[in-house]
Amino acid sequence: MCADLTADLVVLGGGPAGGHAALAASGAGLDVVLVDEGAAPGGQVWRAPGVAVSNHAALGPDHRAGEALRAALTASKVRVLAGHRAWLLQAGFTVHAAAADGAARLQAPALLLAPGTTERVIPFPGWTLPGVMGLAGATALLKGNRMLPGRKVVVAGAGPLLVAVAASILKGGGTVAAVVDLGSMPEWLRGVPAMLGRPDLILRGLGWRALLLRHGVPYLTRHAVLRAEGDNGVASVTVAPVDGDGAFEPGGNARRFEVDALLVGHGLVPASEAARSLGARHLHVPALGGWVPELDGLGRSSIAGLYIAGDGAGVRGAAAAALAGAQAGLAVAHDLGRIDAARHTAEQAPLAARVARAARFGRAMAALVRIRPGLIAAIPPEATICRCEDVTRAEIEAAFDEGARQIGQLKAWTRCGMGPCQGRFCGPTIEALAAQRGIAAEAFGPMVARPPLRPMPIGTLTGDFDPAALTLPPSLPSS
Amino acid sequence: MRIAAGVERGPAVTFSVDGVAVAGHIGETVGAALLAAGWRDLRSGPGGGGRGMFCAIGVCQECVVMADGVVREACRLPVRDGLVITTRRLRDVR
Ligand SMILES: Cc1cc2nc3c(=O)[nH]c(=O)nc-3n(C[C@H](O)[C@H](O)[C@H](O)COP(=O)(O)OP(=O)(O)OC[C@H]3O[C@@H](n4cnc5c(N)ncnc54)[C@H](O)[C@@H]3O)c2cc1C
Ligand code: FES
Repeated sequence: MCADLTADLVVLGGGPAGGHAALAASGAGLDVVLVDEGAAPGGQVWRAPGVAVSNHAALGPDHRAGEALRAALTASKVRVLAGHRAWLLQAGFTVHAAAADGAARLQAPALLLAPGTTERVIPFPGWTLPGVMGLAGATALLKGNRMLPGRKVVVAGAGPLLVAVAASILKGGGTVAAVVDLGSMPEWLRGVPAMLGRPDLILRGLGWRALLLRHGVPYLTRHAVLRAEGDNGVASVTVAPVDGDGAFEPGGNARRFEVDALLVGHGLVPASEAARSLGARHLHVPALGGWVPELDGLGRSSIAGLYIAGDGAGVRGAAAAALAGAQAGLAVAHDLGRIDAARHTAEQAPLAARVARAARFGRAMAALVRIRPGLIAAIPPEATICRCEDVTRAEIEAAFDEGARQIGQLKAWTRCGMGPCQGRFCGPTIEALAAQRGIAAEAFGPMVARPPLRPMPIGTLTGDFDPAALTLPPSLPSS
Repeated sequence: MRIAAGVERGPAVTFSVDGVAVAGHIGETVGAALLAAGWRDLRSGPGGGGRGMFCAIGVCQECVVMADGVVREACRLPVRDGLVITTRRLRDVR
């Protein structure tokens, strides 16, 4: 069964960016369909709890912001299509989406992408063990299911999610054996001037730190995970000191913790495949997380009618995402002739200053999760890089030795990135390994964005879809 | 482990995983209910090693199981009474 819907604007992604884009466009008189694969809008940071929550106050500002967004969408004319995963985008624009019990085809002259991010995890021996999970992924379990990823955990990696996740686990009744931070206190302090614009977030962060102190949780700065071990799942995590580049200190004092979960993450990567599948021009900007679309200040891409907003256009954080969404939503209304230039300028004005301030905060956080070359260099040859196909670093280095200089060659020669996750988790690491060989990201290229945009159980792809309608982007040469 | 404070779990349900009965609550995902039951290993990687939930948002595909005969992501699939899950452990070992 395939439902056909037409609208003025389709918004892909119902997080802070997509949600506020839909509200702004709808408020300006556009007929908007908002599609998201989640059971309800909210996205990652404002995720709707799947289980009922009896004490909303205890869940804090992210939860309240999500409740407010969901209430505003319900009160608006936006048509929300939840539980639908968009898997193919066509110029003009048509969005093919699939749900557990059917499919939908959405048509509109304007398309606004707000797909958010996926997590970057730099590999180490044992990272494929059950019980090792992404740090951002842990928030999904905590928020969506009110479930602890383990009883006793190590929280490791970089950036502001470290303390946020550790504090949530303590509040939920779990034990945090240690927080293991690549960053140092001086690095955190360098971000303070940019953070001063958001005293609320500073206070929240300090509150989390205080909770860790009260629980006596060791906070190891300038440390990284050396390995995780266990038979059927992670049972212990060994960590060791690193320098500012992420390289393990020779003779550094390694420490081992017994745990049943390791939550580890090294930043976020914009989900650029949707925009790239339509041919929008992209740039490689490490400070924004990787490949990001070329946009004007209001979310207009290099393709007429295609708009992109939020962390999917470069990681700047939730507050900036919501504002950028509203900016882009208004721009669509203006470009489709629904609001005149005067009203457009007037409504954009208050957003511009706020988005600049919010983005400054986001950038300070992004600096903490920059890729550290020493940590990449320290990945041992036997470590798995591509989880889907079990490709090791040694195999990837062998392909470089044989002359691979583009991502397409590396994929064809080693099978890395060919599995069901379509290179989303190995891609950033392979790019960093290429960089260590002096290969520029622009020459190496991003993985070709092929449909399905997100993995799909094959049954859901059938229906009345015509495969001949597929426009595949050209592949990179494989030799 | 389920967080107790401030949470009202949905009605209790029972589903089966490789023939073993597992308890869950409406509103939870299969992956989360399995974690609460101490079950982390959901499938085998190509080299045979165990794999479990990793991204928790439906991207990495490490958590895929067969649910009533269809491939589904355990991290996104809601539990329901009588759901029959088979894991893909040790099946695709080379
Ligand atoms: C797993 C995860 C957890 C995070 N947790 C936090 C947190 O706790 N605190 C914090 O400050 N930041 C968190 N972040 C960072 C987060 O990226 C931003 O803070 C914020 O959520 C960005 O808003 P956004 O609207 O740009 O994207 P998101 O909030 O990521 O929203 C994007 C939405 O698009 C949907 N989507 C994407 N592709 C498709 C598709 N093909 N079909 C249908 N729907 C699709 C997703 O389901 C999602 O709902 C997290 C990121 C990730 C990846
Ligand atoms: S854990 Fe990644 S898809 Fe389910």
